[in-house]
Amino acid sequence: MTIAVVDYGVGNLFSIYNALERIGAGPKLVVEPEELTGFAGIVVPGVGSFGRCMRRLSRFEEPLRRALDGGTPVLGICVGMQVLFDGSEESPEEGLGWIRGDVVRLPDSVLVPQMGWNNLSIRREVEILEGISDEDFFYFVHSYHCVPRDGQVVAATAEYGTEIAAAISTDNLFAVQFHPEKSGAKGLSILENFVRLSRC
Amino acid sequence: MLARRIIPCLDCDLAVPQGRVVKGIEFKKIRYAGVPWELATRYYEEGADEIVFLDITASSDRRETMFNVIRATARDVFVPLAVGGGIRSVEDARGVFKAGADKVTVNTAALKRPEIISEIAEEYGSQACVVAIDAKRRDDPAEDRITVPTQQGASWFEASFYGGREFSGVDAIAWAMKAEALGAGEILLTSMDRDGTYDGFDIPLTDAVSKRVRIPVIASGGCGNADHILEVFQKTGASAALAASIFHYGEASVGEVKSHLAERGIAVRI
Repeated sequence: MTIAVVDYGVGNLFSIYNALERIGAGPKLVVEPEELTGFAGIVVPGVGSFGRCMRRLSRFEEPLRRALDGGTPVLGICVGMQVLFDGSEESPEEGLGWIRGDVVRLPDSVLVPQMGWNNLSIRREVEILEGISDEDFFYFVHSYHCVPRDGQVVAATAEYGTEIAAAISTDNLFAVQFHPEKSGAKGLSILENFVRLSRC
Repeated sequence: MLARRIIPCLDCDLAVPQGRVVKGIEFKKIRYAGVPWELATRYYEEGADEIVFLDITASSDRRETMFNVIRATARDVFVPLAVGGGIRSVEDARGVFKAGADKVTVNTAALKRPEIISEIAEEYGSQACVVAIDAKRRDDPAEDRITVPTQQGASWFEASFYGGREFSGVDAIAWAMKAEALGAGEILLTSMDRDGTYDGFDIPLTDAVSKRVRIPVIASGGCGNADHILEVFQKTGASAALAASIFHYGEASVGEVKSHLAERGIAVRI
């Protein structure tokens, strides 16, 4: 029972692989859609533009949906979170639409991208954020943020020019706007929570 | 609230198998500080927000040593890792990313061929492309230079390359703005006049650049104690402060610096 990291040809997966390995998750990079089956949990990373990610991820849509419907925990990270939404101001491509809502640009009042460590405001007690408090900081790098239609899915927010959805938890679908693999010990805790949920 | 970042910088001499961390004074005299991955891991555990490795040897035959340093560090360090020194092409950057770096810093190569910034940003995202600028104060302002009020009156800043050994003639402040336009995600701004002096950051320089770009500026050069970091955060828009000697030689730990800042109202990650 291992954790799959969807390797769909965007960016550098070394860090997330390395972090999962460190916490004993036995990660595997999955390059082919037909191989995305039988995993305890699936991580969808993502860097770069929404459109580029979506174009490259689309061939994984079916096996991802099947895994999600079958109860497999799925964790989207950064743009891997954004692609779960209907669409983004950044690109014309449609998102996966598994969480209703849109991805919009950060306000002009702040430096864009947000790059650095920001703390969370925990909105709901959820398993994926077990052990995490409002005082803990996480590493964010993004120019757009997710606005879910149903605010109930938001588990934590962060303040950056506006209130942004930092973490989402709904059934077996999880997403974080920050990079847990680059957020020190607290980031690793979130990945550990995900792995634990994957093995239940 | 977005925290200001504290970034220990490890200048690496890769002429020995594991590499060694060194620190020069005003880009010249050299002192040894330790083994790169050991120091990086210690700083990570003390609360460093990011780690920067600069290969000061920067010759291609030592590249494999740098890869080993990055690999050894990335296993234990779960904050962003930026690597620079001798990156001349996207191909060079790829090797560094593959070894486990999250960002590359480019300096000489970008001054010689600015398109490298766009090329790296296109492939790995702007967040992964840091443009390092080594700036030297010049006290002979001219009309085509961006002039800044300094203790010396009015000055401009010249960008240096080849590790401070040569001067490009390029206006460092204008170059920072151009780098942003080309897709740089951050500016690592080093004052050559202050580097290794422990006299504090160059406030006019840091202020001038951070006011003119809309990407994070990392202030570097001259940090001798925690108050210098406090000063650069209070007086400029720098998003991060980079320091070497104060951490290497025991002036203060990363944790002590952060407590000092937090007690004085600066948002830091503790």
